[in-house]
Amino acid sequence: MKPIKSYDIVIIGGGPAGLAAAAGSRQNGAERILILERDGVLGGILNQCIHNGFGLHTFKEELTGPEYAARFIAQVKDMDIEYKLNTMVMNISSDKKILAINRQDGMFEIQAQAVILAMGCRERSRGALNIPGFRPAGIYSAGTAQRLVNMEGLMPGKEVVILGSGDIGLIMARRMTLEGAKVKVVAEVMPYSGGLKRNIVQCLDDYGIPLKLSHTVIDIDGRERVRGVTLAQVDENRRVIEGTEEYIPCDTLLLSVGLIPENELSDQLALEMVPATSGPAVNERLETSLAGVFACGNVLHVHDLVDDVTQEALLAGKHAAAYVDAGAKESDMLSLIELKGTDGVRYTVPRYINPLKMEDTLTVRFRVEDVFENQFISVYLGDERIQHLKKRVLAPGEMEEIKLKKEILLAVQNPEIMTIKVEEG
Amino acid sequence: MYDVVIIGAGVTGSAVARELSRYEMNICVVEKEEDVCCGTSKANSGIVHAGFDARPGSLKAGLNVQGSRKMARLARELDIPYRQNGSIVICFEEAKLGELERLKSNGQANGVSGLEIITGTRMKGIEPNISSRVKGLLYVPSGAIICPFKLTMALAENANVNGVEFKFDTGVSGIEKIASGYLLTTSCGMIKTRSVVNAAGVYADTFHNMVSDDKIEILARKGEYCLLDKKAGNFIERTVFQLPTRLGKGVLVTPTVHGNLLIGPTAYDTPDKEGTQTTAAGVREVIMKAGLSADDLPLRQVITSFAGLRAHAAHDDFIIGEVEGAEGFFDVAGIESPGLSSAPAIGEMVADLVVKKYQPVKKKRFIAERRDVVGIAGKSMDEINQLIQNCPEYGNVICRCESITEGEILDAIHRPLGAKSLDGVKRRTRAGMGRCQSGFCAPGVIEILARERKLDRLEITKSGRESKMLSGYDKDQL
Repeated sequence: MKPIKSYDIVIIGGGPAGLAAAAGSRQNGAERILILERDGVLGGILNQCIHNGFGLHTFKEELTGPEYAARFIAQVKDMDIEYKLNTMVMNISSDKKILAINRQDGMFEIQAQAVILAMGCRERSRGALNIPGFRPAGIYSAGTAQRLVNMEGLMPGKEVVILGSGDIGLIMARRMTLEGAKVKVVAEVMPYSGGLKRNIVQCLDDYGIPLKLSHTVIDIDGRERVRGVTLAQVDENRRVIEGTEEYIPCDTLLLSVGLIPENELSDQLALEMVPATSGPAVNERLETSLAGVFACGNVLHVHDLVDDVTQEALLAGKHAAAYVDAGAKESDMLSLIELKGTDGVRYTVPRYINPLKMEDTLTVRFRVEDVFENQFISVYLGDERIQHLKKRVLAPGEMEEIKLKKEILLAVQNPEIMTIKVEEG
Repeated sequence: MYDVVIIGAGVTGSAVARELSRYEMNICVVEKEEDVCCGTSKANSGIVHAGFDARPGSLKAGLNVQGSRKMARLARELDIPYRQNGSIVICFEEAKLGELERLKSNGQANGVSGLEIITGTRMKGIEPNISSRVKGLLYVPSGAIICPFKLTMALAENANVNGVEFKFDTGVSGIEKIASGYLLTTSCGMIKTRSVVNAAGVYADTFHNMVSDDKIEILARKGEYCLLDKKAGNFIERTVFQLPTRLGKGVLVTPTVHGNLLIGPTAYDTPDKEGTQTTAAGVREVIMKAGLSADDLPLRQVITSFAGLRAHAAHDDFIIGEVEGAEGFFDVAGIESPGLSSAPAIGEMVADLVVKKYQPVKKKRFIAERRDVVGIAGKSMDEINQLIQNCPEYGNVICRCESITEGEILDAIHRPLGAKSLDGVKRRTRAGMGRCQSGFCAPGVIEILARERKLDRLEITKSGRESKMLSGYDKDQL
């Protein structure tokens, strides 16, 4: 047996969340930090996001994905933070022993004092949607297609239908078009898009690609390679409206039908999970139900903007460093305020807040479950309304945030529940 | 000139090939698809039935019980994932408990041992998660599960190692009786052979009818399934069958040997013998009926659905034997359920027929054992590090859902009858069979296949022929 190496903080994933978490840890005094990355380069999914629009908040300029990643990679290297590439983490035990594998080291174990989960997310597949039909070649998730086109120079197909109007699907409609494919239509089962408004304008409207809302794929034709798909309109209960079927010849179906935080390792740790996010429940320090295990980025909840991921991950790194600095003691999930989304609010991150331990201002991120116009976001602490903000448009595809002030939370006697909801007046 | 040409590289053809490879004969398997296990053998329940429900005295009954008894040893010999998990048949209506009794005595007549009818609180001891609406069940301890891909591949690989030739992408379009035997017209030229074994699944009638005036008909009977995530795999331990209800024939709920949960199949005849598409109605039916078997079945965890076509013969039994008036032409037709379970016995039975007729000499050196693709799953750290030391590719995880390494994929490609396509890699290693359904590993597997097969990545297919994964390079179409 090789001797077990130990680190103060081990970060699982070297994408935008992992990189910022590492930087945040170092800036707050952590010494022995290790990033474990399964790909051959740092940067994660940003490496295949060659379009611009990243970093407007963080750097006040428009960068491409690889440029955005490069700034954090440079920072991590400047800070002399250790990392291992081509390394897959196979298991984490609750005493924070991490089992990983790569070609050079073989299978090896490391001991961490604190762990930061930054594994990102994966795409929902065709199987999870149960789209009927044959199972030919030519069905790709939008992210897989993005990797092929942008990183490997390979085209998945020539005539494309895209199901789902998530951001990756919208971006790929434009990318496939620019690389010479014909994108025939983007179909979205919901009556609204799941993507950012700016992407609908810049990726579909500018290229004359139709977006069919309340439409879905009900059949896939082609035994060997996709030959076409049948689209149909759906009613408000997402049931197919008979007579609206339309056959569209194509050789490729791209799916952009949702992202799922990649929490296989969190399951191994038996962390408390939040069904609405498919991510772990965290407190105001982004610490999970297991003391010393932190989570940030898309493994925690799927973000729209990498800038938000960066902010969240910097904080996770900061709190992990503080945890190690304080001697890696048990934290107290008890005597916390439980934060709940109700009346149109699907989830909140964090799930728990300890007002004594929070910083002066805490950003709470959340998503609504439907499109709302001219409504209010209200925050209640117990029965007392502490915030009431007018919102012109709220949509599930756009993450929202509010700021909570420590002094206000401390002023209320023994509150147990805080709710965030959508209100009319 | 071959001694035997076997049409079809499914589980039946492969089992016959392996049994015949014990003899000094010149044998060839012709298969229209690009790989073994591309038809019915790849899309079924993966159950080794105990043999309680076939009509006593039928070929199905005899071969099923024999096959099921041989399976454990065969699985050890050929390194195939197999588990005797026991089956149960559940009954939802008091009035139908008599049906369980009938099944039990039917099973006993077939020679199935250990059958027991269980009612009341003991039922939950047999299977804790079955529906509280179940009134009684038949417990069948000898029921088992197996990996149908690995069973078929192991038989074929072992036959190949013992000298059987396999011709893929070779569809047979004509069979002509000649003085010395048969002349087969195929998509890859003419093939002469002394005898033919017709193991062509849903197409067995086509070939039979080319040599016989006594026509047979094989119907394609579609069965649709849903496969659930491994997170749901422990929900049920036994294979759970339903007695038929007012809703018709039931569906089963079973764990797979790889730890998933499988539900299905439906049963509808289809005129399209390539019609393996799933349907919205079929999937709905499977989900609705499977939900009856267990309370809180985690049906939201479906990761894929698929359909297979059973080769159903009108008289509801296997058709095995030399065809009258067509000397040296052996039918192995109508091999629907329990065909997988019966395969080891069918292989022996058909080989016996051929051997009796031609009296070949037994090989002095028959290699009876075969080792499966070596993976890292379930191995200790030391064992894994040993593997990586010998082959560093075992340290490179390609499929994250199933923890499949490059080392395993290389093994799958370079072993006898090695993988040529993504599906070939998938069925040999499970890369792409997990919850992301190849979203993550597909680019990696394409790259490895192209490198190892010395092909351009554009040539790599999902499952042969026109199923190319990629259409070109960026900007080709501009």
